[in-house]
Amino acid sequence: MNILTRLSFGFLGVVFFSAVFAPLVAPYSYETQDTLNALATPNFSHLMGTDRLGRDLFSRIIYGARVSLFIGVLTTLLALLIGTIYGSISGYVGGRTDNLMMRIVDIVFALPDMLMIILITVMMGQGVIGIFVALTLVSWVTIARLVRGEVLRLKEQAYVEAARALGANSLRIVVREILPNILDLMVVTLTFRIPVAILAESTLSFIGLGIAPPFSSWGTLANEGWKAIKFYPHLILFPSLAIFLTILSFNFLGDWYRNYLDPRKKSLI
Amino acid sequence: MLKYFFKRLLQGIPVLFVVATLTFIIMRLVPGGPFDQEKKLPPEILANIEAKYHLDQSVGVQYLFYLKQLIHGDMGPSYKYIGRDVTDIILDTFPVSITLGLLAMLIVVGVGVPAGVWSAYRQNSIVDQAFMFFATLGISVPSFVLGTILVWVMSHKLQWLPPALWEGPRYMILPAIALGAPFTGYIARLVRSSVLEVLASDYIRTARAKGLTEPVILLKHILKNSIFPIISVLGPLTAGLVTGSFVIEFIFSIPGMGSFFITAVTNRDYPLIMGVTLVYAVLIVVANIFVDMIYMWLDPRVRL
Repeated sequence: MNILTRLSFGFLGVVFFSAVFAPLVAPYSYETQDTLNALATPNFSHLMGTDRLGRDLFSRIIYGARVSLFIGVLTTLLALLIGTIYGSISGYVGGRTDNLMMRIVDIVFALPDMLMIILITVMMGQGVIGIFVALTLVSWVTIARLVRGEVLRLKEQAYVEAARALGANSLRIVVREILPNILDLMVVTLTFRIPVAILAESTLSFIGLGIAPPFSSWGTLANEGWKAIKFYPHLILFPSLAIFLTILSFNFLGDWYRNYLDPRKKSLI
Repeated sequence: MLKYFFKRLLQGIPVLFVVATLTFIIMRLVPGGPFDQEKKLPPEILANIEAKYHLDQSVGVQYLFYLKQLIHGDMGPSYKYIGRDVTDIILDTFPVSITLGLLAMLIVVGVGVPAGVWSAYRQNSIVDQAFMFFATLGISVPSFVLGTILVWVMSHKLQWLPPALWEGPRYMILPAIALGAPFTGYIARLVRSSVLEVLASDYIRTARAKGLTEPVILLKHILKNSIFPIISVLGPLTAGLVTGSFVIEFIFSIPGMGSFFITAVTNRDYPLIMGVTLVYAVLIVVANIFVDMIYMWLDPRVRL
């Protein structure tokens, strides 16, 4: 494990910890207004400065981590669940069922992701739930394809045949024999899909079509900062940095884990 | 080849149909109509407006009407830009977006491919490690973060380049970089691993053994063989550039399709939303066809 991987682990650990224990970690509540110190630049009482209403940016970023991470991690897990079930059925049953199920996947796959996410978010009403549904609906197909391919390959293996000869039913074969063998692949996928989800959410919130008040994610904070970039750049700097470092850490972790699984490929970094 | 092109184009029609239908359904499920305003319109006027745009009919009738229009290449009038047709707006904004996309693509290929090749040639050297570090940085930095940083540094601090609008080549530099950077990192990494694989193969050793010069080996053997993974991601890449561009257009206030799409969504301007979505979908479908055709042209083993 190289130094970058360690740093990434450490950073994500800190971010997750502060997100979960936000009320304990954050120096202020996310809505406390220190009106005398509105738009303050970073100083000792406000580590990252304050916004237009005098709210502490550091605390708001910690609370924002809850929304950003919650959406990133949970949508990916849900997409993984749906994709795995769908892909396993399609790959294991095969034949006409497989054909039909994959045609559906092809169509969803051909839809432009971001546009669909925006349209679904607008339909569901802007908010955590809307983004959650939109991201899940768009991202399960990638995983379904991946899982289906692996299941197709593995179901012909000798040990699967042995399990069948011993009288195991299909459900048992898929869950106990096939899926454990693609677990590693799923973990890799997870580390690469979570940052994609975080990116999508923050991008939407940044252009004002994502998370709406009273919730605020890192993307919303960046959007608020964007309006004042010329004179108060710290307002956009810190949320952007949080998004960037989180995505970067996930990518480093993903690289590391992939190389760890397949040492033949020389490490990328 | 031409026959294949049209065959694929025909196959793309169901996808476009699904996109059109989905968008239509989603738009009609959205709470709030296009003519809801802070100040309520008198009911008679509202009724007149709705009659004009066929909004008083049932959803089914509206849908059929829309499809019929679409087949004739007419996307209807915009609800918010009074007196302008969606087709007009798209014809105005499309060239802007496509220019931005092509410039970004130029950066992606022009920087990503040489960087990847160089990295592979000097595997595990300082250059390689530096390139790949920057590539991962590039992949991880959201384009809106890069865009805002560029605006702040290059426009507000140094005042070298304009922070917004679209009025000449100088205005295109920052948006194109912001849009292209993440994909550049991605391509560089892909090229590197692909070239590494080719470098280790026997025919490269043979080429060296028979005394071919390095440039010939690089151009005729290495590049030609390592280009396939890159071509196969060009399709998704185009999609990413196209749909990624609206964030960039938002940041730099560029009058492209993306900006209009965002405003249209907040305004519930149904025809404009559907028009832009469809154009995006067509772009992606066509890009994928072209990618497949390049693939076949380069590799005769792939049959039409």
